[in-house]
Amino acid sequence: MKRNLALCAMISCALFAAACGSDDSDDSGAEQPAATETAQADKEVTTGEQSEFFVQEDYDRQLAQRDIEPEGDPATPWEQAIEPEMVDTTEYKAKKASGWNLCFSNAAVDNPWRQVGWTTMQEEVKLHKEIANFKAVDAEAKDDKQISDIEDLAGGNCDALIVSPNTTATLTPAVEAACKKVPVIVFDRGVTTDCPVTFVHPIGGYAFGADGAEFLIDNVEGGGKILALRILPGVDVLETRWSAAKVKFDESDLDVVGVEFTDGDAAKTKSIVSDYLQREGQLDGVWMDAGATSVAAMEAFEDNGQDIPPFVGEDQNDFLTKWKEDGLTAIAPTYSNYQWRTAVIAATKILKGEEVPKEWVLPQPAITAENLDDYVDPNMPPLHYALCGCEDMPGYPEKWGGK
Amino acid sequence: MSTATADRFEAPASSRAERFRKALIGTAPIFLVLLVLLVLITIENPNFVEEPAVFLAFLKRAAPLVILAAGQYFVIVSGEFDLSVGSLVTVVVVVAARLIDGDPGKTWPVIALVLAMGAAVGVVNGVITTRLRVPSFITTLGMLLILSGAVFLWTGGAPRGALADNFREIGRLGIEDFPVLEQLPYSVMIMLALGAGAIFLMRARWGRRLLALGDNEQAARLSGVRVEDMRTVAFVLSGLSAAVAGILLGGFAGVSAQVGQGMEFEAITAVVLGGVALGGGRGTVLAAMAGALTLEALFTLLNLRGVSGALEDTVQGIIIIAAVAFASYRLRGAR
Repeated sequence: MKRNLALCAMISCALFAAACGSDDSDDSGAEQPAATETAQADKEVTTGEQSEFFVQEDYDRQLAQRDIEPEGDPATPWEQAIEPEMVDTTEYKAKKASGWNLCFSNAAVDNPWRQVGWTTMQEEVKLHKEIANFKAVDAEAKDDKQISDIEDLAGGNCDALIVSPNTTATLTPAVEAACKKVPVIVFDRGVTTDCPVTFVHPIGGYAFGADGAEFLIDNVEGGGKILALRILPGVDVLETRWSAAKVKFDESDLDVVGVEFTDGDAAKTKSIVSDYLQREGQLDGVWMDAGATSVAAMEAFEDNGQDIPPFVGEDQNDFLTKWKEDGLTAIAPTYSNYQWRTAVIAATKILKGEEVPKEWVLPQPAITAENLDDYVDPNMPPLHYALCGCEDMPGYPEKWGGK
Repeated sequence: MSTATADRFEAPASSRAERFRKALIGTAPIFLVLLVLLVLITIENPNFVEEPAVFLAFLKRAAPLVILAAGQYFVIVSGEFDLSVGSLVTVVVVVAARLIDGDPGKTWPVIALVLAMGAAVGVVNGVITTRLRVPSFITTLGMLLILSGAVFLWTGGAPRGALADNFREIGRLGIEDFPVLEQLPYSVMIMLALGAGAIFLMRARWGRRLLALGDNEQAARLSGVRVEDMRTVAFVLSGLSAAVAGILLGGFAGVSAQVGQGMEFEAITAVVLGGVALGGGRGTVLAAMAGALTLEALFTLLNLRGVSGALEDTVQGIIIIAAVAFASYRLRGAR
């Protein structure tokens, strides 16, 4: 039943988003032509309406942040920060020097990216002897469960509370209530309040989406046919990735022949790509908003007897391995998995009364042909994330399923 | 009475031609729909018939659903449902990946193991439904939840391990350099073999009895059919078909925790679309498999025309309701 409900939600979501897209010309939509003034006037836009989640300011800021040198030691990128504005935390300093109770409300562990991060986080906690108890609660991707989880944890004897919100708007009141009782650290997806002591996240979805699109624009000849594959509509963190790519593609002379939703399903991804190969004869590049099904998409080319064109994936090990073995032209934008470490580090700093960035923006490198060898590791499982930042940790690699 | 029912099971040779004619008429509508869809696909993409490889790629993609539909047919025609096959497919893929972990030497033992798992799930479904008299809708819904919960617990939501290349080959590759066809996919061969087996089974005495008990359980029981055992075997066949579908799907696209999601509904839609009445006793297994091909052709057509994937579920829902409404209208008309 659970799955049926999720399915229903997805359908209604998709219908809703489509309806919104067609009759809704809000500010962000109006701003968008300004960004595409360099495009040829006669080029037909095949990428659809701009997402209602698109915010020009955020787009501009994130794209600029990619070129800013982060502060801190490059050897430990999970402790680096881009343009940090430090805030004083002496008011949250723990009374005891150790024996802390650290609490964590987790949105879910329902995908490989979260699973790798969750493993890393548990190992990070072990590195801090001051943490006596680490209490983590999994909300199983349900907003209502996470709201009550946060209430329970904030009402208990937590010295600090880490929250990885399931959705942004719905969780905001729960986080606000928790802020009044305990110092709160938010990471990954945000909330619409500045009450948390710090908000840890990589640069963001616009930078992710633009990295991939720019790569294709540079590596595919003009007029080349691009297929864009998205997981599902209506999720802010994914909408931003696509909307940035859309802006880039609209400015370019590439021909986006399709934008399809895969539901993150490998078989469906493969079928969609082979349908396009039949319909278009060939594809000159594939853009994806997440890498989980990128290998399945590549196999569609192989099974159709075609060469794999320039590809956008993610830092998932199976993609990186195939990229290296087959000598492909590819890029892997990342959503720095090591932020799961940073959240724990931020909590310990706060409990020690050390200052932390108000918004802790982590670097978000893209894996390219130049640094691929630093990240690919045949001894790690296929669904491992190369940017775990976990290589120097005691339980590595066994704890992450490696050999 | 006993002679009358015996006649039903062992029809005299003289009526065989008559029965074949009836079966053909019963199966005709779905093949007509399938033909129309294939023509529409060809209009969108002429390669579809010009190049055998493209059509074979379509069959290869459809093979898991066709096999799953054949398994579901046995259960539905006996008057029950099997909602657990989708999550069983996922279990098969996830368990195989974890156990094989990239080691080609483990492929065949693991295949034997997952087939046994499929059969075991079928036995449990069958025994609970027939002996404990829990309606199969509830039994298999419970099994769906148990299996998907177990997978989640075991994997933490994301599968580990990897399928070995020789495991993947079954669903992905085929016999190369085959005359005319270039490549004959293994999955298409498996689909044809299992499909032929299913047709043979339904034409044998066992199949007639299964139809009879789905049509009128009381009459079948009185004439000596072991209703409980037969239904349990139907569930076992469905479980086995899910295991085979899982092996093919894992081979086709690799490891994923979403692989079987919604496949139980696709299989039921396919069976219903093939004209098999929900509630049992009617329809042929050939039509059910043709229903699966038709559904896959419809998805391909929607995709080629650029219709959003979310609409697939809506289309499925409309098909189920429309097909059953059509069937019951026709039945009423006959009375």
